[in-house]
Amino acid sequence: MKVSLKVNGADYERDVEPRVLLAYFLREDLGLTGTHVGCDTSSCGCCVVLMDGEKAVKSCTMFAVMADGHEITTIEGMKKDGKLHPMQQAFSDQHGLQCGYCTPGMMATAIAFLKHNPDPSEAEIRDALSGNMCRCTGYNNIVKAVQQAAAELSAPAAEPVAAS
Amino acid sequence: MSTTEAPPANGRHSMGQPMKRKEDARFIAGKGRYIDDIVLPNMLYLAIVHSDYPHAKITKIDKDAALKIPGVLAVITADDLAGVGLAWIPTFHGYDKQMVLAVGKVLYQYQEVAAVVATSRAAAADGVEAVVVEYEQLTPVVDPFTAKTDKTLVREDRENKTNHIYHWEVGKRAETDAAIAASDVKINERVYFQRCHPAPLEPCGCVADMNPATGTLTLYMTSQAPHAHRTVVSLVTGIPEDKIHVISPDIGGGFGNKVPVYAGYVCSAVASIVTGHPIKWIETRTENLTTTGFARDYTMDVEIGATKDGKVTALKVTTHADHGAFDAAADPTKYPAGMFGICTGSYDFPVAFTELDAYFTNKAPGGVAYRCSFRVTEASYAIERGMDLLANALGMDPADVRMKNFVRKDQFPYPSPLGFVYDSGDYHTTLQKALDKVGYKELRKEQAEKRARGELMGIGISTFTEVVGAGPSKHFDIMGIKMFDSAEIRIHPTGSGIVRAGTKSQGQGHETTWAQIVAEELGLDPQNLLVEEGDTDTAPYGLGTYASRSTPVAGAALAMAARRVREKARNIAAHVMEAPLDDVEWVDYKFQVKGVPSKTVTMKEIAFAAYTNPGPNEPGLEATYYYDPPNLTFPYGAYIAVVDVDKDTGETKVRRFLAIDDCGTVINPMIVEGQIHGGLTEGFAIAFMQEIAYDAEGNNLQPNFTEYLIPTSLESPHWETDSTCNPSPHHPIGAKGVGESPNVGSPAAFVNAVMDALSPLGIKNIDMPLTRSKVWSAIQEATKA
Amino acid sequence: MFPAAFDYIPARSTDEALSVLAQYGGDARVLAGGQSLIPAMRFRLAKPAVLVDINRIAELATIGEHNGELRLGAGARDQGLELSGQILSGRYPLLADVCAVVADPVVRQMGTVVGSLCHNDPAGDWPVAALAGNASIVVRGKGGERVVPIDEFIVDSYTTAVGDGEMAIEVRFPTPDARTAGAYFKIERKVGDFATAAAAARVTLAQDGTVAKAAIALGAAGPCGFRVAEAERALVGAKPSAAAIAAAADAARKAADPVSDTRGTVAYKKEMAGVLVERALRKAFARLGVEDIR
Ligand SMILES: Cc1cc2nc3c(=O)[nH]c(=O)nc-3n(C[C@H](O)[C@H](O)[C@H](O)COP(=O)(O)OP(=O)(O)OC[C@H]3O[C@@H](n4cnc5c(N)ncnc54)[C@H](O)[C@@H]3O)c2cc1C
Ligand code: FES
Ligand code: FES
Repeated sequence: MKVSLKVNGADYERDVEPRVLLAYFLREDLGLTGTHVGCDTSSCGCCVVLMDGEKAVKSCTMFAVMADGHEITTIEGMKKDGKLHPMQQAFSDQHGLQCGYCTPGMMATAIAFLKHNPDPSEAEIRDALSGNMCRCTGYNNIVKAVQQAAAELSAPAAEPVAAS
Repeated sequence: MSTTEAPPANGRHSMGQPMKRKEDARFIAGKGRYIDDIVLPNMLYLAIVHSDYPHAKITKIDKDAALKIPGVLAVITADDLAGVGLAWIPTFHGYDKQMVLAVGKVLYQYQEVAAVVATSRAAAADGVEAVVVEYEQLTPVVDPFTAKTDKTLVREDRENKTNHIYHWEVGKRAETDAAIAASDVKINERVYFQRCHPAPLEPCGCVADMNPATGTLTLYMTSQAPHAHRTVVSLVTGIPEDKIHVISPDIGGGFGNKVPVYAGYVCSAVASIVTGHPIKWIETRTENLTTTGFARDYTMDVEIGATKDGKVTALKVTTHADHGAFDAAADPTKYPAGMFGICTGSYDFPVAFTELDAYFTNKAPGGVAYRCSFRVTEASYAIERGMDLLANALGMDPADVRMKNFVRKDQFPYPSPLGFVYDSGDYHTTLQKALDKVGYKELRKEQAEKRARGELMGIGISTFTEVVGAGPSKHFDIMGIKMFDSAEIRIHPTGSGIVRAGTKSQGQGHETTWAQIVAEELGLDPQNLLVEEGDTDTAPYGLGTYASRSTPVAGAALAMAARRVREKARNIAAHVMEAPLDDVEWVDYKFQVKGVPSKTVTMKEIAFAAYTNPGPNEPGLEATYYYDPPNLTFPYGAYIAVVDVDKDTGETKVRRFLAIDDCGTVINPMIVEGQIHGGLTEGFAIAFMQEIAYDAEGNNLQPNFTEYLIPTSLESPHWETDSTCNPSPHHPIGAKGVGESPNVGSPAAFVNAVMDALSPLGIKNIDMPLTRSKVWSAIQEATKA
Repeated sequence: MFPAAFDYIPARSTDEALSVLAQYGGDARVLAGGQSLIPAMRFRLAKPAVLVDINRIAELATIGEHNGELRLGAGARDQGLELSGQILSGRYPLLADVCAVVADPVVRQMGTVVGSLCHNDPAGDWPVAALAGNASIVVRGKGGERVVPIDEFIVDSYTTAVGDGEMAIEVRFPTPDARTAGAYFKIERKVGDFATAAAAARVTLAQDGTVAKAAIALGAAGPCGFRVAEAERALVGAKPSAAAIAAAADAARKAADPVSDTRGTVAYKKEMAGVLVERALRKAFARLGVEDIR
């Protein structure tokens, strides 16, 4: 069955079996292996990607054919103009990752969350990330990373300095 | 948090700096390369058929329907493996063996029965569903106490017709019994450390690739110990080691789960040899939780004697160990119960004795060192729970009882009654720091007020001592291979270099910390030291990363290899500075002519000289070091948990958790703190949520993440951390290893806190996990009585 | 794991979906958020021959108020509801409570309220809320449409009044008046866990401050969610009091008929039914300004 969709800004058209899950479609048909799979029960969140810019979805619990006509952003598409997304930068700055397996999904969830809640409290961040598991970090530093990214994303864009 | 650009805070070049991780660049960009990311041309997929029953005779395996499915190429069973001599393989212990696929009968639910090879993942899954296996059910043996009766045999293949695997003991039985009997106060409590599973978020998997032209088998696999795996593969298949290439790519967490050899690896290798195609096998979460290495499952009877003023007189721990269907615990050969002898903990027991009996049951095999140096977690739990039970029996504050019995700073090196020689520590200072920092007195006051109002608040302490860094070759080997580790350093002409070790990071950040160790020794920029691990064709031989052994063993090898490089460099420096060798000193990360501070040369300059102007010296600048540690290391800590228990629902809220760790010299405080956060979260999970339980019929009750509960950011407490520093005197840089301490030390702190909260009700023990239902039931029972 | 093969039909309109459902009858399943159906398919516990995807049907993705009811189309998602003006207005506190605890925050971005009702898990959150909230469900087939009250909609575990060839179009929750409020409480072992015990309460106060109407429902306490008439009787006509609340909670304890499993024993779950009914009632009363009930 044909699917056409936009992934990380590029248009793709592919023929897939309806039973192929979006996670495997991204990984195996498009070679975007940054999206991971860690369970069969829609529990772990390793596979979370952004749909249509602002929704975080578990791509292991969605068939690729359901994404037809939609826009998907994976971790490979988070960079903008060659610069890391503030969330990517923050995860590294705050040591918000260890093995890195949960990281792509964690960041996708966090980015979608900040669109709805740009200035969250620690409790709100902990709640928002609770559909994603991390086995390594114990979450302290992930929370800090999301706080750093939130501050950066909501800071007014730097004004060009006028020559005096 | 400072970055590498910031000036070193401690006056040292790179040691002790919170340098940001070098590996992050690829992980935050989605450019890591994990096992399932590896795709080879003409690759086939392997999927496994599992047993529905815990104990049953296989009467028939019908492959026909599966073979008719388009894309299914083969169905492998034990009979096929027998043809190539691989129906059974040795376990890491050497004296037991394990079935690769079920031979004649299944010994636990979900055991691997057949493997399907197909052209796609989907076809392989269709094939698995279509394989028909007929069984004749047998009575399952589901705990060591039933196993002990030998009414039903789990392992009919063994010569000894018993479920008993081994007896192990250490210490002085008669003296210990006598001392306890003569004590004013004694406790004797059975505590159970439940079966758990490490469950890294990335499941296990491999891509096996036999090149029929060269006869080389390349195995990409989720391996915490690539060299050990290559040796094992060579021994069991007869393929020479030079024709086996094990590559462990990025690993999405290991925690001990990725140490053993699993059926999927063996079947994939066989399938690749037979078909000439690369074969990929990626575990499902269910397979991960039900068939690969479990941890713990120790039932421990803890007896402590003490004088009435609280001085301990003797310790005895008697353990029943449930090993499942095969004895696959990857413990060092001479230590079947691992380092359980650390059960005297941080306390100066005049005498002690511990014994353990291990049994086969119809459960999955394993017994892996889950974020733990071989049974240290079980031992720490026993002693730290024991000390609280003792405090309770004495009517003393648990902090006071600990202070009274700690091994004193002046007693190090301290020979423990069960045979270890503790390297260093200052337990009193570390606990005092924790008490002050958490505000212990005020908390006890608050607790008294709450108790008066009938509210349940608890404070739990755990002051554990770990033993890690296996280990000295006179004692430690796995299948005969000594547990040293290795490092190789090669400095390039322009002063950058490559560093290789026999370890394998699974998130611990070796690419950063290994570079820091070498950079510190050589005065080079850690950013330009590439660290490579996990490839048996390039890395020097080492036994891998588990049991907190990387820093104590490979970390030492790195420092020693770097010192070898430095010594070579010193010779070249003498030539370059035209000074006698004896006059060339290493001062402030540079070579200097003795007494002439203006006459210096940097390592970078020497690197260039090594290739352009080595003089009479051997050109080049590289060294290898195999480090055989003289002793183990003994990290320790003082942890305090503060909890509130809801009487009505049995819910525990962890209000605060403070961890003071002492892991000796810290290489990178940011990474150490991260390791502690992670380990505490796993300890929290074990205390409150995680369990692999089997019902009376032998069914695994936690076969996926809807039942095997991994805490999220919402359940996990906020962690407070701090440290003291007593370096290891025998380690070249004084580091002790830290990745496991928090997981070893914290479960007892949580449980002690909850028991402290419940103590007004007379409740002494509830076994982990402390679920709401269990805590509530205990409260009901206590208030009824 | 990989689901068994199936045919996929992305319906563009309700009519198209219905005609496909009519054509395939019992072989076809509606695919809403997929958060229950797809995991079941991955384990091959569900092997539908045809999936009718209703996610593209714009007319079903609606959330709106009509005729004194909050109407959620079959495409309305948990998170959409949580962030909707209606929920944020504070007028549907019972539903707001549920939105925040169903599944996990990512699953809620796909999972639908109607899908959850149709799935009808014995420990599902929405069926309990719908029972206490007096909801009704619009079920449509080729032959026409009916509005089914929730207690008739729920038939048995994983079974509803939706027949072969039919689908649920919408759920309708009566808009609470100013004298009505509800609350939902759930005990879960962690985020994303189905309830160990769950209770919803909705109360309406008469002018004189007595309880005019009460609805109490339990989840994870039997084969399906259900209302506890005895508990409701204990409240109606009484002033909000500790005694009345305790009587209602006791009735819930008695009515609860859970099974013992990894989440807890029967005794624990029965007790929690009572504890949660008490907590839900106190919260609902507090939302009506009646606090510190003794
Ligand atoms: C990790 C996880 C945790 C969860 N935790 C909880 C929880 O705590 N509490 C809880 O209540 N739920 C929980 N769920 C379930 C979740 O809320 C589901 O989203 C919900 O139950 C089903 O909604 P859906 O839209 O995803 O339905 P789907 O999965 O698409 O469908 C579910 C079933 O309903 C049928 N169906 C759907 N829509 C219609 C319709 N309009 N007409 C007729 N039939 C229809 C489908 O054919 C299918 O049989 C959890 C799910 C996951 C993955
Ligand atoms: S892979 Fe676990 S939720 Fe998607
Ligand atoms: S960093 Fe390893 S799972 Fe999160």
